[in-house]
Amino acid sequence: MMTIDAAGMPYKELNKQIREGIAKGIKKFFLENVNGQYYIGDGIKGDDVIININGTPGNDLGAFMDGPTLIVNNNAQDNIGNTMNSGKIIVKGDAGDVVGYGMRGGRIYIFGNAGYRVGIHMKGYNEQLPVIIIGGKVGSFFAEYMAGGVIVLLGLNNTEPDGEYFASGMHGGTIYIRKNIDFSKYSKEVEFIQADENDMNFLKKYLMEYSDSFNISAEEILGSSFYKITPSSARPYAHLYTSA
Amino acid sequence: MTKTSFSNLQPEYLALVDHNKCVRCKRCIQNCGWGTYSFGGDKILADHSKCVACGRCYTYCPEGAISIVKNPTVIRENANWKENLVQNIWRQSETGGIIISGMGTTFKYKKYFDHILLDACQVTNPSIDPLREPMELRTYLGKKPAKLDLGMDENGEPVLKSKMPPQIELQTPFVFGAMSYGSISLNAQKAIALAARALGIVMNTGEGGLHDDLVPFGKNIIVQVASGRFGVHRDYLNSGIAVEIKIGQGAKPGIGGHLPGEKIGLDISRTRMIPVGTDAISPAPHHDIYSIEDLRQLIYAIKEATDYEKPVSVKVAAVHNIAAIVSGIVRAGADIVYIDGYTGGTGAAPNIVRDHVGLPIELALAQVDERLREEGIRNEASIIAAGSIRSSADAVKAIALGADAVAIGTAALIVMGCHVCGKCNTGNCSWGITTQRPELVRRLDPEVYGERLYNLISAWSHEIQEVLGAMGVNSIESLRGSRERLRGVELTDAELKALGIKHAGL
Repeated sequence: MMTIDAAGMPYKELNKQIREGIAKGIKKFFLENVNGQYYIGDGIKGDDVIININGTPGNDLGAFMDGPTLIVNNNAQDNIGNTMNSGKIIVKGDAGDVVGYGMRGGRIYIFGNAGYRVGIHMKGYNEQLPVIIIGGKVGSFFAEYMAGGVIVLLGLNNTEPDGEYFASGMHGGTIYIRKNIDFSKYSKEVEFIQADENDMNFLKKYLMEYSDSFNISAEEILGSSFYKITPSSARPYAHLYTSA
Repeated sequence: MTKTSFSNLQPEYLALVDHNKCVRCKRCIQNCGWGTYSFGGDKILADHSKCVACGRCYTYCPEGAISIVKNPTVIRENANWKENLVQNIWRQSETGGIIISGMGTTFKYKKYFDHILLDACQVTNPSIDPLREPMELRTYLGKKPAKLDLGMDENGEPVLKSKMPPQIELQTPFVFGAMSYGSISLNAQKAIALAARALGIVMNTGEGGLHDDLVPFGKNIIVQVASGRFGVHRDYLNSGIAVEIKIGQGAKPGIGGHLPGEKIGLDISRTRMIPVGTDAISPAPHHDIYSIEDLRQLIYAIKEATDYEKPVSVKVAAVHNIAAIVSGIVRAGADIVYIDGYTGGTGAAPNIVRDHVGLPIELALAQVDERLREEGIRNEASIIAAGSIRSSADAVKAIALGADAVAIGTAALIVMGCHVCGKCNTGNCSWGITTQRPELVRRLDPEVYGERLYNLISAWSHEIQEVLGAMGVNSIESLRGSRERLRGVELTDAELKALGIKHAGL
């Protein structure tokens, strides 16, 4: 176990201490007084490493991360889980813009809302299945060019996605949303249908883990119907071009 | 003739077989990736509409029985309604599609390299004989300190106290430009990797990830991070000598990329880390980069993930305000800036972008070098110039205009047999270069073409040594940004000003 007081510490020094700690075999970290330091968990490896963060971590939290778990006890900022390969990020408050950009594996659980550009170009590959679950709502450009993985929008506290360009260019993966919204104003490249039993069985495991992370009732979440958004084609632009 | 099959488009080329010479060995049928030839029972038949003049059939015809000629049936000449414009109207009216092509623009824009002359020594400042005297081509790419701290060791010898930022050491000022596995074949990438290692230079993965077979070449590979983030993960970032963030490409500034699903087979799927058969779409921008500050954030995210051991390069297309853009990139913390001119190549780009967007690399380089010097930050990053470097002369002129090194893309493909037919996007390349069809890829022998690439770059390097000697300098570094050694011919005052050179005679 290692506790680092991050008060006034530049990000380069903080992240160096974390990397050195991991190299020494430390599995559990407590970061205190974090105040906007960038890149916490950037490029670190190790499935059993857990970093507990008190304070507000800065941008690119868990970028390129491969295995560890980051627990943020407050809000987080932009670019969480950028191009992340595996691992878990739990945010007990709200998250900023660009969550899980190009993310290929692992899970991001956000208790509150997230900003613009969530899940852009998220992609699954073989057994790697990235999952983002957001308790509240998201802003514009949600799941643009989504190529794989799963995003769940719970809309707790009666929130709805309130942005534009929802799932435009989506050509892979699945979005689940716990509310029947008027989808006609959004992407024409996707289908909006009610989730079936298979979907719910699949989701259950992740939703249980989500509710455990925030001490909320899984029954309440699973109690209402879910809807599912899937791309109509894995090749949305196949007929756009002609060769000279 | 049905309504759907009728087309106004006539064959551009005719594949003519001399049946007196032809021995019906059918090598042409086997060699053509386009399906032009077939056997008609007693003789070879040619479907001219499929011929793209890629040169494969006549190169491999043992009897010299094939000639490819421009279709003599003309579209009536008209300097305004040019042939290709008329053909494109027919093409688009029949398909409704955006016209795309491979390779760089075919338009006849002014090539500034062809209007620049090099200086040489006569009498008062002696030239140097590169056959007798050392002639340094070694080039280091990366951030250089603004000043050097020197100290003394215990023996009273001077030692360097400043810590040098990470550098890429090149034995000659060439790199191979970014060409992804997917846009080109694995055998083509292997040929380039073999040559890069033998030459002591580097190649670039492009945005298609790093195939397992190339991992052993890591010290000679720059790994690329583009907007699709294909195959990008922690170990990938650490597997090369440097990391490049691709913002733009000379052939298609401002737009993304699109590898069609039919090209995503098992092996490419593994390398790009995406499912088989789905489109690999690279969005036009990186959606985590909307500003110079955001770019800085990604540069340092990569530096953090690589423990500050790898230089980070940023690749951009040359566009109208390139000097200000590069200044911003350098201030964002890039160690290398790769600038791709508008004649640069591509696996596929819409013609409207390829042929009408961007800036000549010569002008971009001169402006960037000047701007960075004015701002006192030229040492902060090295510059790689690209965008159809066609000869060692282009390379020397690019370096004198301000580049540290030049990148070779199309020229490397020409080594492998490419005849610049511009059909890379179709995936039918008869030479096994821009295709993933196994029967076509197999014919490209990485060892053979690795050696030929080595030969080309070695020859060009010797030529550079010759002209450096003639100019009386013994190191390529002494020529960098030395625009005083260049003169322009047939250029206007505005062009000379943009290039920062004098007219010949002055």
